[in-house]
Amino acid sequence: MRLAILTHLLTILLLAPLTASAAPGDALTIPAAVQIQPAELAAMLKAGDTPPILQVGFSVMYQQAHIPNSQYAGPGNKDDGLLNLKSHADLLPRDKLVVIYCGCCPWEKCPNIAAAYKQLIGMGFTKVRVLYLASNFGADWVDKGYPVTRGG
Amino acid sequence: MSRVLVTTLALLLALAANAPAKTPIKLKLGDVAPQFVRGDLQGHPFDLKAQRGRIVLIDFWASWCPPCIVAIPHLSQLQKKYGARGFQVVGVSMDDSANTTKETMKKIRFNYPVVLGDAKLGNLYGGVLGLPQQFLIGADGKILAIRSGAFEPTALDKGIAAALKKIGPS
Repeated sequence: MRLAILTHLLTILLLAPLTASAAPGDALTIPAAVQIQPAELAAMLKAGDTPPILQVGFSVMYQQAHIPNSQYAGPGNKDDGLLNLKSHADLLPRDKLVVIYCGCCPWEKCPNIAAAYKQLIGMGFTKVRVLYLASNFGADWVDKGYPVTRGG
Repeated sequence: MSRVLVTTLALLLALAANAPAKTPIKLKLGDVAPQFVRGDLQGHPFDLKAQRGRIVLIDFWASWCPPCIVAIPHLSQLQKKYGARGFQVVGVSMDDSANTTKETMKKIRFNYPVVLGDAKLGNLYGGVLGLPQQFLIGADGKILAIRSGAFEPTALDKGIAAALKKIGPS
């Protein structure tokens, strides 16, 4: 039991430098009011009312499947990923709706989404919505039958 | 004649390149685990087929995935505990680059092979669109369990022990 606790603590210590830019758990600081549920976004897509959508997670995930017409703009946990996000966001009007999502891992553990959200707010975006994916993109979007584009 | 053939081939290649990617087949319990051969990051070849007769745990993980990192020492312990009885863990890193994985491997000790995954391997396993994700494979190569989300070492330990019981004495 003691060994298990020690192992766990050591792992957390080792993990710290791996997630330097945005600590996991930051997603919990994203206000509920700016979150958008998968069903709501899927309904918008179905109605043809598609806002710019940016995937701020990891490219291996994006290459497998992503929301149609979404752009890869990550990863949010790295400085170069945030630069990638900035270059995409710079092309968008600050006062219009933009949706970001990740879904790499459970919401409360996501290393990308909070950093990406903060970046857009810092750039002056006033209508950022964050897709709430409780478990991951596979379980909460693909497995629900919402539209996806396969391949990079 | 040869010009017609070349033109036809070029057309077919262009069509194939523009064809939408296939929807991966969702794996379920009892399916044969899709075959793969990859060089591991420790410098050895890893062939899943060569593991037939053993119980294999395929652990899809990434350096950026906190629950995956937490699981690694537990997986190493399970490898140590059951390895001699015919159990093998293989880690499939879904990092965007091998260098990222290698950096992690300098910080955390792995006592099992780690191969670099990609979208192709992810799709082969039904689409690995969230981590962590694990597949427990029986001695006959069929999938015994599929796990995702929070890592549960006790449940996994029990599953491995039960599978090993079927292939030999403890």
